[in-house]
Amino acid sequence: MPILHTVNKSPFERNSLDSAISHALKGSSVMLYEDGVYGAMKGTASADKISGAMKDVSFYVLGPDLKARGIDESKLIDGIKVVDYSDFVQLTVDNDKVSAWT
Amino acid sequence: MSDVKNFLYLNRRAPYGTVYAWESLEVVLIGAAFEQDVSLAFVDDGVYQIMKGQDTSGLGIKNFSPTYSALGDYDVQKIYVEKESLDARGLTVEDLLDLKYEDEDDDWAEKDSIKVVSAEELAKLMDESDVVLSF
Repeated sequence: MPILHTVNKSPFERNSLDSAISHALKGSSVMLYEDGVYGAMKGTASADKISGAMKDVSFYVLGPDLKARGIDESKLIDGIKVVDYSDFVQLTVDNDKVSAWT
Repeated sequence: MSDVKNFLYLNRRAPYGTVYAWESLEVVLIGAAFEQDVSLAFVDDGVYQIMKGQDTSGLGIKNFSPTYSALGDYDVQKIYVEKESLDARGLTVEDLLDLKYEDEDDDWAEKDSIKVVSAEELAKLMDESDVVLSF
């Protein structure tokens, strides 16, 4: 029963990303949007947590929120998929539940 | 005039997710219009405010990052960015807006407004300021 975990806070401001990853079982997904997209950048103090979880959990990041913040896709952790708003909606449909880590 | 004070605006929040960054910028412009001595500091997630290449067209909200480039025209010439905050986020000064001002004491030569400082240096700047306003 996969869950879509959503994170919309910066990993430096709150522990939402940490908590989402800690509670994501194998086969579930994590969606980063709004200020959560800062967690998708490589070379940050928190990037290893995503890389470490990636073999069991799929990570997505919302493209328009990246663009707004001036984050080029070349700066993302390898393996994170960039999606648009309709993909985000589809992810909520494809998963059984949504858990919002705000 | 003796009633000019040194104002240090401490910016610690990312833009767009909350309204703090935009509110700070408005207050900075007001302070500068009243001819106070204004400095800005970007710390923690505040460093994200001045990342270059921001494009909010997909969000339907205002991209206010070009306003930072106008600060030089308001005589806001001292913009400090904390090195520790950049390092933790995998950023360098190359990722930031190229902010300039014209130095009237040097034949209006164009100079960089941004100075990268350590946390210790920033602590001293805070100590030397008359007023610290945090956003």
